[in-house]
Amino acid sequence: MSRALFLHGGRVVDPSQGINEVAGVLVEDGRIVAVGPRLGDGVGADAERIDCTGLVVAPGFIDVHCHLREPGREDVETIATGARAAAAGGFTAVCAMPNTDPVTDNQAAVGFIVRQGQRARAARVYPIGAVSLGQKGLALAEFGEMVGAGAVAVSDDGKPVASAHMMRTALEYARTFGIPVADHCEEPTLAAGGAMNEGLMSAKMGLKGIPSEAEEIMAIRDILLARRTGGHVHLCHMSTRGSVDLIRWGKERGINVTAEVCPHHISLTEAAVEGYDTNAKMNPPLRTADDVEALQQAVRDGVIDVIATDHAPHHYDEKEREFADAPNGIVGLETALSVNITWLVKPGIIDVVTLIDKMSVAPARIFHLPGGTLRTGSAADITVFDPAAEWTVHPAHFKSKGRNSPYAGMTLAGRVHYTLVEGQVIHRATG
Amino acid sequence: MADEIVELNNGTDDLLIVGIQRRGVQLAARIVSLIGEREKVTVPQGALDITLYRDDLQTVGPRPVVGPTNIPWDIDGKRIVIVDDVLYTGRTVRAALDELADFGRPQRIGLAVLIDRGGRELPIRADIVGRTLTVPPGGRIDVMIAELDGRDAVVQVLPEQGA
Amino acid sequence: MTGPLGKDLLGLEPLTGDQISLILDTAEPFKEISERAIKKVPTLRGATIVNLFFEASTRTRVSFEFAEKRLSADAVNVGASGSSVTKGETLVDTARNLEAMRIDMVVIRHGASGAAQFLADRIESTVINAGDGTHEHPTQGLLDLLTLRDHFKKLDGLKVCICGDVLHSRVARSNIWGLSKMGAQVAVCGPRSLLPNAIDEMGVTVFDHIEDALEWADAINILRLQLERMTAGYIPSLREYNRVFGVSRERLERVGRDILILHPGPMNRGVEIDSDVADGPFSVILNQVTNGVAVRMAVLYLLSGGRPELAEAAKGGGAR
Repeated sequence: MSRALFLHGGRVVDPSQGINEVAGVLVEDGRIVAVGPRLGDGVGADAERIDCTGLVVAPGFIDVHCHLREPGREDVETIATGARAAAAGGFTAVCAMPNTDPVTDNQAAVGFIVRQGQRARAARVYPIGAVSLGQKGLALAEFGEMVGAGAVAVSDDGKPVASAHMMRTALEYARTFGIPVADHCEEPTLAAGGAMNEGLMSAKMGLKGIPSEAEEIMAIRDILLARRTGGHVHLCHMSTRGSVDLIRWGKERGINVTAEVCPHHISLTEAAVEGYDTNAKMNPPLRTADDVEALQQAVRDGVIDVIATDHAPHHYDEKEREFADAPNGIVGLETALSVNITWLVKPGIIDVVTLIDKMSVAPARIFHLPGGTLRTGSAADITVFDPAAEWTVHPAHFKSKGRNSPYAGMTLAGRVHYTLVEGQVIHRATG
Repeated sequence: MADEIVELNNGTDDLLIVGIQRRGVQLAARIVSLIGEREKVTVPQGALDITLYRDDLQTVGPRPVVGPTNIPWDIDGKRIVIVDDVLYTGRTVRAALDELADFGRPQRIGLAVLIDRGGRELPIRADIVGRTLTVPPGGRIDVMIAELDGRDAVVQVLPEQGA
Repeated sequence: MTGPLGKDLLGLEPLTGDQISLILDTAEPFKEISERAIKKVPTLRGATIVNLFFEASTRTRVSFEFAEKRLSADAVNVGASGSSVTKGETLVDTARNLEAMRIDMVVIRHGASGAAQFLADRIESTVINAGDGTHEHPTQGLLDLLTLRDHFKKLDGLKVCICGDVLHSRVARSNIWGLSKMGAQVAVCGPRSLLPNAIDEMGVTVFDHIEDALEWADAINILRLQLERMTAGYIPSLREYNRVFGVSRERLERVGRDILILHPGPMNRGVEIDSDVADGPFSVILNQVTNGVAVRMAVLYLLSGGRPELAEAAKGGGAR
């Protein structure tokens, strides 16, 4: 029995096919069967219709960096709640980092995440496996076994791969399986004990700072190792102008380096820490206005390939602590689109086409994932959003169990109306 | 030579013909073929390379090439006739006798050579000789075999001409 | 006193294709000697050879010993433990002491790359490299070539893939040089963490997946994977290595044609090679061992060349 769905009247923006026009999208049995301006006549009477007038219809967003906390911290998030939060944010797929408890460093653990994701029936969940057993940085995890069970990349995120020899070996070994090694760039001895960006503000506030060099030293190390090994290194959550310059240097030389930035690093500065607000505490920290500007430009000129959330839910009690003791991280799945629109699209730094490229097309391409396209025959993973509608952020209304957001109370532009996975509506905006 | 071998052996029973590398092997093949025609018996034929048993290996210079040795039967109690092209100092035959001793204990070993040019340095003599030749000091006898050299010939190279 | 191979055999990289052919051709008659009841020829009678093995090795040392004894040479085994601090000094002292006892040849196996050259530069005796560090193991390379030639009748154009830990393997390096010089096409297959970074510059094709290597190859030489590689962090586990790179009967059957299987030994059954492959119809692993003695006899023979100046004095030596 053919289940047909017709999205009509919206502005279809698919950078993978160069489409940017008002058109309809016809879906049958979970697959896209047609995209075009005058499809209406061919649609059967029993098809479900969604009016997208005034909305943008895009390939579903893919977040290549988030923390779903299960197994181990189901009190702050589960794969189910995280997948639903992702859907609310317009994400049809997320990649879950392995710093769970126990660490996702073997095929059984990877398989568990895959199954939990399937049971959640919301956004797709792709596990990222650990680089080292227990993320201890001592022994390589079995990349082959993990990929066989469904892992799409390896990372020790949460932590850096501190040993250059291990990073090198990981890049070489990962080549056999065609997966990227994603590194959290933080030189551990420089960054130790730091709670915010090192600068005038940290000096005034009496907090130990994390210098930008802690990130840049590891970034260039990883870029050089990618050059030597021919492997693919993906640099997580870049936060400084210096890092942008290094990535540009690497790309100019044809080195296989890709990079991500988080919405908070292209919107907020260390000023958000004022008053010791732990909801502005994350790693890498919020930096200066100059860094923000450099990152925004990098998104525009392509030095930064994707925007990822680094969604990191924490328990209210944990964040309710002295600044230096509070854990790092903020939630981001449900605010990502709006932050990006408010700080990148509205001021004209990038257009919607580039935004969708950074949030959907490029993530799929560089992590070799299905999706990121509305090509005929592909799975109907679609995000429908209003690029202009304003709304106020109330963390209490989040689908995520986490409430730690620095955007609480802010009015942002851009709102997800529908999120579809395999032609099924997994999120529908209310109100 | 073929007839003499058969006569020497009182028939072809237990007779084995062994040619010495290199040209002795081709001569042995021809003898075996002739015995086959005349006696209607195929006498087994083997090949012996004596390079590794030479007494002059320490002094001869760069290593000579070693050819194949093929003695595929048990030689105990057999009557062997060694075949070679030229008999000169006798050292080659000495080496061949030492090598055969490592294969077993034949009842009798005889020697058949195409050319005996004299000049023995060891007490070795041939039972059957095709032709005896006298060669002046410094001269050389080269035997050519059609299978290897394109024609059958015995060439005497005199001292002034030789290289 | 330089024979066709020079004074020493330190590796296959310095040799020409003709020299390698000479060794392989010379090995043929030596194979036959090992089939005789009396496996002995008097060729090196009176020669004194020392097997100087700083690394434990049963199979190579025994193979050399048989080669030496079958040539009637006098072989003496000297095992020594190389101290990492005084390694160089110990080696020189040992060598000079042996030389003072008037030995003709030294067969050396040592854990340091370049040890054979080091020795050869300092003593007059002939030096044969039985494996130095991760540099070369020329007689292993030669016996692999002989085994391939026995089966395929030629080496030129033959497609041979070396599978496994090439980075740490002297056998791999000798094979790469030897095969290349004989005109074979050479490839390697393994995790990139176990391949030298510059492997693409060694004239060798690289396969990241064993399935692709098997599709391409006429013969594969499977290297032993050592447990130390896992503990040193080059690969996560031997189990994963077997799952991803192991040569199994299923993988061979999927190719659907005969591929010759070689392995320098000793084998880790169930790691780099499965038992039904090692014991299967395409394995020539035992032929390699047999050829090993013949090749070593050939090398000893060719390197123990006589001295032409004495040939003058001997006057007509070798004449009939």
